[in-house]
Amino acid sequence: MSDFIQHDVVIIGGGGAGLRAAISLAESGLSIALVSKVYPMRSHTVAAEGGAAAVIKPNDSLEDHIYDTISGADWLADQDAVEYFVNEAPKEMTRLEHWGCPWSREPQGKVAVRPFGGMKIERTWFAADKTGFHMLHSLFQNTLRYPQLKRYDEHFATKLLVDNGRCCGCVAVELKTGKVKTIAGKAVIMATGGAGKIFPFTTNGAIKTGDGMSLAYRAGVPLKDMEFVQYHPTGLPGTGILITEASRGEGGILVNNEGYRYLQDYDLGKPQPVDSPAHPVKRTMELGPRDRLSQAFYWEREKGRTIKLPAWNNIDVVMLDLRHLGEAKIDKKIPFVRELSKNYVGIDPVTDMIPVRPVIHYMMGGIDTDINAATTLPGLYAAGECACVSINGANRLGSNSLTELLVFGGKAGDNAAEFAKSAKDLNVAALTQQGNEEEARVKALMNDDGTESIADIRTAMQSSMEDGAGIYRTESSMKATAEVIAEQKERYKKVQVKDHSGAYNTQLQYAFELGCMLDVAEALVHSANARTESRGAHQRLEYKERDDDKFLAHSMAHFNADGGAPKIDYKDVVITKWPPGARTYGKDSGLKRK
Amino acid sequence: MAEEKTIKLEIFRYNPETDDEPYFDTFDVPFKEDWVVLDAINWIKDHVDGTISHRWSCRMGVCGSCGMMVNGDPKLTCAAFLKDYMPGPIRVEPLANFPVERDLIIDFDPFMEKLTKVKPYIIRKNDDVNDPTGGEYLQSPADLALFKQYSMCINCMLCYAACPVLGHEPSFMGPAAIALGHRYNLDSRDEGTYERLDIMTEHDAVWGCTFVGECSVVCPKHVDPAGAIQGAKLSAALHSMKLDIVNEMFVFPKGAGK
Ligand SMILES: Cc1cc2nc3c(=O)[nH]c(=O)nc-3n(C[C@H](O)[C@H](O)[C@H](O)COP(=O)(O)OP(=O)(O)OC[C@H]3O[C@@H](n4cnc5c(N)ncnc54)[C@H](O)[C@@H]3O)c2cc1C
Ligand code: FES
Repeated sequence: MSDFIQHDVVIIGGGGAGLRAAISLAESGLSIALVSKVYPMRSHTVAAEGGAAAVIKPNDSLEDHIYDTISGADWLADQDAVEYFVNEAPKEMTRLEHWGCPWSREPQGKVAVRPFGGMKIERTWFAADKTGFHMLHSLFQNTLRYPQLKRYDEHFATKLLVDNGRCCGCVAVELKTGKVKTIAGKAVIMATGGAGKIFPFTTNGAIKTGDGMSLAYRAGVPLKDMEFVQYHPTGLPGTGILITEASRGEGGILVNNEGYRYLQDYDLGKPQPVDSPAHPVKRTMELGPRDRLSQAFYWEREKGRTIKLPAWNNIDVVMLDLRHLGEAKIDKKIPFVRELSKNYVGIDPVTDMIPVRPVIHYMMGGIDTDINAATTLPGLYAAGECACVSINGANRLGSNSLTELLVFGGKAGDNAAEFAKSAKDLNVAALTQQGNEEEARVKALMNDDGTESIADIRTAMQSSMEDGAGIYRTESSMKATAEVIAEQKERYKKVQVKDHSGAYNTQLQYAFELGCMLDVAEALVHSANARTESRGAHQRLEYKERDDDKFLAHSMAHFNADGGAPKIDYKDVVITKWPPGARTYGKDSGLKRK
Repeated sequence: MAEEKTIKLEIFRYNPETDDEPYFDTFDVPFKEDWVVLDAINWIKDHVDGTISHRWSCRMGVCGSCGMMVNGDPKLTCAAFLKDYMPGPIRVEPLANFPVERDLIIDFDPFMEKLTKVKPYIIRKNDDVNDPTGGEYLQSPADLALFKQYSMCINCMLCYAACPVLGHEPSFMGPAAIALGHRYNLDSRDEGTYERLDIMTEHDAVWGCTFVGECSVVCPKHVDPAGAIQGAKLSAALHSMKLDIVNEMFVFPKGAGK
């Protein structure tokens, strides 16, 4: 029998979003469970480098941040949500400052900001180039002041409890012992992060397997805008380790095999010389948005203007040149870039150019929520990368996501507390039964007759996602990928889990994660194929234009319990003051309002 | 075709449910120029023996999960390149000075308790940390520089594996936790120094350190916990002698209202 535990609110995920929600809830007097499959400070928020956006400087304006976000999103963001986000961002970032985050400072002691891609003005707060690391540790350490938070570290959630049309907690496996626990709560917050691991080449860590998206999807909550996946233009070849956009914010440039700043050929404006005081120009060239920069790489490769180096298995790369910044600036502003380049490609950016290529980075789509972080399932809230509010639309702007964790993590916490306070008591008998059934399912996964290897299925899934759902997509490539994913789902039914132990059965965990990834991959490729237009990060070779008549709408993928492809339908985008316009970079990109 | 180069890994195995004693398993792993020890372990788990258990996530030296003993030294396995150990073999064991849970996984919970104990968060007398209305607390770059280095700890536990004191005194607070306590004591925004010093002067805290300095040698993030402990000892000594006035004048940044 599974252990039965009850709290008022259950948070699943101990990254930036989950911890921020926990802090809100800690103040509410309720009993809180924080369930995380890794110790919170291991969450992938730790890897974020560049910074977090919020308007605080007198030369900046909330309206500019709103417009940059909406146009960056190719008008697929909900404008009420963006407005709320931008308005709350400065307060949230200041709270984080009060919680000890060591933000980089100006000489007089105010927080410093730096330029970032797609932003009209510098508004990105940073802690050198380890912003996510410092945010995560500050948030986590700050939660230690609240003994009322009950942490379930290294507990792996496998299922949401749903009773009477309401979400009532989760079932989780304690990794240390293999014990299955039914963790009931009157409200649940999903904060499980992204799913980059469905692709072979990603900046995402091993834990980013889309678990929460899959759990919600299986509980009947739609996954929204899943076709929008962000490639970051500058990952290291081989490992996919990220070289932060801050390196371009500080003045780094991208060149092709001829040493030419090729971005000028892609409608991103004209380059300024690197020694000009005007360089780098915001919303221009290297500070264009990520989707456009990654697409430019694709065309450079088509033209044979990328570089293939034997040392990197002849993978195509372009070069990121930081040499003109000089050693002092590199060490002060982007020391981690130097450390990573030296360690992982043996290159010192002070003296040599860094080879880079686009790499899967961020999921714009996720669990459908409204502006209150509430999902369509009463009692279930979601925040952070696993959720889709949506402020990121078809393309997230760099440095908006860390801020989003705070704004909507906090909001999810507040609203979940309200919900829990007025919610009816839980049906313990029904939930216990669900827990026991889930325990049986977990045990059944550890069988002796499985024949299919986890690694083989995973590899097949990942390479077909890259082939069919990469930077540019076609109907035939996506259909082929959808077939491969369906085949892998079949194989998965016979997945082999030879390890039958309780203690740290990581093979069992990998098997679960694989099942989640297959769900996410399926929703993604079907959503992508249904959208017959090009917008932001979703680019199709046969449908090159944005089609606002048909697709100024969020795609919603619904899990098909019969095992077939998901049903896809659409929900209107909220447009308030900023009607869809041309998305221009490198020239006048001023505000246009209704 | 040239024969593929390989390297031997000897991996520590222990499953508490089935093994009385730990033992080593040996695997031949393909050698790749850009592979780290963690890649080799992952390759084994994927292709040879799926029952090996280890922790990892970021593969870029920042999440702190993948610390293990590699040929006897505590290392982040995602930053330990196979090429530096050629021709091998490479012996991989769980971090020293910790109880082993299974295979390469150690018990991390005692550290979480130590971390909680040092109150690693900003303490303010007027308790305004959740209130953003006054805007940011000012902090000059010089004040930031006082503690910045000590805030870089990724909790990877290499320093605990290297610390001879922890080898025989597991209750010792240890380098990472002390460095973090000291980090908050040095933060000009904080007013909780004396609360923390009360804890840091307890038995098993700063005075446990015999200043061997190995912690700073193995630290992959150059935090210099040994330096932090020396600073913490000084402030702790002054605190014990009721000389906090000297602390305020010389050890902690001015204007902090300690
Ligand atoms: C290399 C890199 C650099 C980045 N840089 C920036 C940047 O500069 N600026 C910016 O704005 N954004 C950046 N991003 C994006 C941003 O960091 C992420 O979107 C964000 O940190 C995600 O936070 P999260 O809280 O949603 O999830 P995560 O931090 O990934 O946390 C997820 C949590 O969920 C838990 N979890 C997952 N599944 C389960 C389960 N089944 N059971 C229990 N717990 C579970 C995990 O244990 C973890 O605690 C970057 C991303 C990457 C990869
Ligand atoms: S895997 Fe994150 S530090 Fe090595």
